[in-house]
Amino acid sequence: MSNQKKLSIIAFSGDFDKLTAVFTLATGAAAVGYEVNIFFTFWGLDAIKRKQGRSFIGSNWLTNTFGFMMGGLKVAPNSRFNFWGIGPKIFRKLMKKNNVATLEELVDAAKALDVNFYACEMAMHVLGLTKDDFIPEVKDVLGVASFLNLSEEGQTLFI
Amino acid sequence: MATKVLDITKEHCPMTFVKTKIELSKLQEGDILEVLLAEGEPLDNVPRNAREQGYNVLSVEHVEGTTHKVTIQK
Repeated sequence: MSNQKKLSIIAFSGDFDKLTAVFTLATGAAAVGYEVNIFFTFWGLDAIKRKQGRSFIGSNWLTNTFGFMMGGLKVAPNSRFNFWGIGPKIFRKLMKKNNVATLEELVDAAKALDVNFYACEMAMHVLGLTKDDFIPEVKDVLGVASFLNLSEEGQTLFI
Repeated sequence: MATKVLDITKEHCPMTFVKTKIELSKLQEGDILEVLLAEGEPLDNVPRNAREQGYNVLSVEHVEGTTHKVTIQK
């Protein structure tokens, strides 16, 4: 499979709109036969949390507070027009109304198309998160060296 | 050999070809998928992507208005 096309995305942002871009590209590429890897780091880790709302997950009071403030996929904020969390709700409604896939549908499609999800070891350490805090589709916990190795000879995006 | 129909006329990028790919992956070798789709991006891309991935595109027919039917065999 060495001549299979490959797309690797570094998902740094936990914003609703940017995650929508991540999963649109990932599912689109996977559907046309690309091998797709997503490396979730920092705020991006919110997208793969098992608990999609707000919950106190972390290793001490400080990371627990961060965990609560960051939340999961369901409470991801917009990078613009967030309006205290109303923005993403309006976007979800507009997307449904116009038959455009919602973020949740895109994540499900990515799972169905065997997109590879990876979590950043360093960011998890800082935020007090463990692999058990993530959805089971997360294949592995990686560092920079492993990610570079994995993305070699493909296209890489940072979102 | 089974035949399945998939209507993606109301879908948009990337769900047009994402749904096609997911349906194709569920089929057995020799099964047929009839995809109803709209002109423009879906009509340009769905048959091309299917061919590129080694599926057999049996026909592309105009149904009515902007709707077309692409018949793909796994």
